[in-house]
Amino acid sequence: MTMPFGYASPEQQVRDKSEYARKGIARGRSVVVITYADGILFVAENPSATLHKISEIYDRIAFAAVGKYNEFENLRTAGIRLMDSRGYMYDRRDVTSRALANAYAQTLGAIFTESVKPYEVEIVVAEVGRSSDDDQIYRLTFDGSIADERGFVAIGGASDQVTTSLKEHHRDGQPLAEALRVAVQALTVSVPPGLPQNGERVLTEANLEVGMLDRTRARRQFRRIAGTALAELLAQTATAS
Amino acid sequence: MTPGTSSFTDFLSQSAPHLLPGARGGLPGPVTEVAHGTTIVAVTFPGGVIMAGDRRATQGHMIAQRDVEKVHHADDFSCVGYAGTAGVGAELIRLFQVELEHYEKIEGATLSLDAKANRLAAMVKGNLPMALQGLAVVPLFAGYDPDMDAGRIFSYDIAAAKSEERTYESIGSGSVFAKGSLKKRFRADLTQADAARIAVEALYDAADDDSATGGPDTIRRLYPIVAAVTSDGYRRYGDDEVEPVVTAIIADRSTSAGG
Repeated sequence: MTMPFGYASPEQQVRDKSEYARKGIARGRSVVVITYADGILFVAENPSATLHKISEIYDRIAFAAVGKYNEFENLRTAGIRLMDSRGYMYDRRDVTSRALANAYAQTLGAIFTESVKPYEVEIVVAEVGRSSDDDQIYRLTFDGSIADERGFVAIGGASDQVTTSLKEHHRDGQPLAEALRVAVQALTVSVPPGLPQNGERVLTEANLEVGMLDRTRARRQFRRIAGTALAELLAQTATAS
Repeated sequence: MTPGTSSFTDFLSQSAPHLLPGARGGLPGPVTEVAHGTTIVAVTFPGGVIMAGDRRATQGHMIAQRDVEKVHHADDFSCVGYAGTAGVGAELIRLFQVELEHYEKIEGATLSLDAKANRLAAMVKGNLPMALQGLAVVPLFAGYDPDMDAGRIFSYDIAAAKSEERTYESIGSGSVFAKGSLKKRFRADLTQADAARIAVEALYDAADDDSATGGPDTIRRLYPIVAAVTSDGYRRYGDDEVEPVVTAIIADRSTSAGG
């Protein structure tokens, strides 16, 4: 049998697409999702105050993403629509992060297999539980792979370096200020390509995007911290360390 | 370009139209034997607005429910109440709440108070066919407008004609009596506590003359729902806060029945 012109084996195609997506993601900065005593903290290095990488999805569920903005924004919107529809159809309590993570996994998997260009994104879906034992964190990659993480997860450019730092310093049940310090420290370790590699980068409220799922809040538990509130919290972490 | 909509209602009408209120199609004839909610009042005061509603639902001449809640949180800076068919009203409010929250999450910004009032008008209009068959419901919407640093009230008729009130408003079967009561007691310089008091008192007057409006039930300790919206956001009064207001009104009425 003669092969058609331009034939590539499925293995080759998957390899090429994976490499392409990985390269795209590696260009971006990292995002850290880390648990603390009263919830889950999301910290992203993001110089833009309006183009968010972290978002509320539902009462107890939030989303963080790295990669191509238009692609993860698309997934974020679809996630909010799906969860709002479920909450409206059933009840607010029946909206779960597992359902959302499954939907994302299927969508990303289908895009990876069927389209020529895979999505260059990596996503975290997290749900805060009534106690820290019930907290759920899912990490989803461009090919639809899904992993259930405990305690912390890092996605994006230098996620390996960031993860190493998190592994070293993360402590279960740590207070908010300590979790933020651990996250910021880990993000500082990784220097995204294109920035000076001298390790003197300082992350402040101007280039950090911080959000949290706070289990002590009623109903909608997601909250953003920005501006002076974030500056104050960062100052606390400096004294805590 | 089709970036998709920020409106939950529009999204639902494309993805799952059967879930929208009023999507069940025409009914064979007028429907009468269903539960109805009755009187809601709203009163502005400098810097905010109070909304209060009685707890009674009626079905013809019967009391269908004594502890129904007709005043609801719409979002952090607004509240909404309804009068009319209970089932339709509850569904309308549920959709309205999701609509506001959905926009907020997708856009990362809240709608202006006028936009919220307009979205509600569109939903009331969607219910017009059902209203003509006897399943009418009208909402009362109130909220804090940060651009004006003031409380604002919006009322609607069944054809969704929206009108704004800057002082007080009431809807439902007891609204004639409630408005009469508010007309005599409203002043432009009310405090929040005063506004809550005259709102509860207006419901008392409505219950006095309208059989479908429930007065405070001191035996079962069922009191009107009272909510306030100010620059600090939405806050529903606890029963422990409404109880002294009700007790004071009853005590005053006992000494001077004219009220």
